[in-house]
Amino acid sequence: MDAIIAYLVSMRAEIGQIVGLSLTVSGTATLLASLVGIPLGAYVGMNEFAGRRLLLRVIYTLMALPPVLAGLLVFLLLSRSGPLGRWGLLFTPAAMIAAQFLLVTPIVTGLTAAAVASKERVIHDLALSLGAARSQAAWAVISEARTAIMAAVLTGFGRAFAEVGAVMLVGGNIRHYTRVLTTAIVQLTRQGEITLAVSLGVILLLISFVVSSVMLLDSDQFKFD
Amino acid sequence: MPLYELRDVTRRYGERTVLDVPELTLMGDRVYAIVGPSGAGKTTLLRILNLLDPPDSGQVRFMGQETAGNERRRLEMMRTMCMVFQKPYMFRTTVFNNVAYGLRLRSLTPTEIRSRVMEALEFVGMQDFAHHPATRLSGGEGQRVAVARALAIRPQVLLLDEPTANLDPANVAHIERIVRQGADRYGTSVLLVTHNLFQAKRIADETLLMVDGRIIEHQPTADFFAHPRDARTQAFLTGTMVY
Repeated sequence: MDAIIAYLVSMRAEIGQIVGLSLTVSGTATLLASLVGIPLGAYVGMNEFAGRRLLLRVIYTLMALPPVLAGLLVFLLLSRSGPLGRWGLLFTPAAMIAAQFLLVTPIVTGLTAAAVASKERVIHDLALSLGAARSQAAWAVISEARTAIMAAVLTGFGRAFAEVGAVMLVGGNIRHYTRVLTTAIVQLTRQGEITLAVSLGVILLLISFVVSSVMLLDSDQFKFD
Repeated sequence: MPLYELRDVTRRYGERTVLDVPELTLMGDRVYAIVGPSGAGKTTLLRILNLLDPPDSGQVRFMGQETAGNERRRLEMMRTMCMVFQKPYMFRTTVFNNVAYGLRLRSLTPTEIRSRVMEALEFVGMQDFAHHPATRLSGGEGQRVAVARALAIRPQVLLLDEPTANLDPANVAHIERIVRQGADRYGTSVLLVTHNLFQAKRIADETLLMVDGRIIEHQPTADFFAHPRDARTQAFLTGTMVY
């Protein structure tokens, strides 16, 4: 045990770098996915339009998109001969963010739509009856669903933070550049460094715990005048 | 000037006509009760009067003005009325903020908002709950806050959809007293949908009976109960109506 701790301490600079990149990549991907997914999900949850049911089915299907497929798609787009190959983004953190964005956006969209649709009519009618304009009523619905939307964002982040297939494929697990917690665990396991792999796994879980605790901390508190 | 004038108003769900009102005039400054069996179109009518839903055909005039067409005018009209729904939804914040919601939409100053909210809460006897989370109120408390939330706006028209359907007798009496006094104090006209005939008798100036989407009786409450014109009203009053 002491030996493990001593080793982890000696590796702290590199581990810090890996943790930092994991948080940056998954955090950025989740932020971008939320900027798209929350408004889109709210719109789909609140409005009737032709093709809505089909769209929802597509979103729900994409929620289960295997990470390696999202990675493959981004890989094909960014590889040298691909349509965006000249940007030279393959095996960079930007490519990893793009792949995780594809994974997280359907999750945030689908869960937001479900959260909003469940109480939409009641809240919308109440707000309108109290004198809200349509946009204000829509905002009331989103605001009332805030805890569920927060949970949607958190679910998306958890998915990104824990996946390995996409970041491995488009990031390449390059030491000091694109290596994140999950790809490091894969590498260490293959090298037989089981103890270290488990240690990183524990770090990953601890960070997930801290992130969810912080994000849910204030979600159901009441604002007092 | 009449409060509402309806002409040839209908509302359909698919093939079924759930509301068919060739003519209806409601005057201001009084309490109306709309009674009738469930599925008679009472809530549908109330939602149309609140301008939440447009009729499928016909005209609805409010204070002499056409309600259809102009979105800004519709919003202005809606801001002079307010509905209390059967199961009141409480915004996930304090009781105070719930009652303040409609006032903030009307851009009142914080001082005005505070005094109006506290006045409304005192009026329904909920002032001690101002800073409690609204989602943890009991059914009766929630309904009182819902009425306060509506009265704080000082609407010209208060629409109530079965406001006491799920309440115990003490809370029913409380809500009825609040509605009646609120109407008097703020000069608010009240439209109350209820399946409770005694409630209509207790608080309404005029009573309407709806059956199958039609208004079949509309009389001052005393006459409604003493001298119903329609045979079906008699049947409804004696509990022998078949529907």
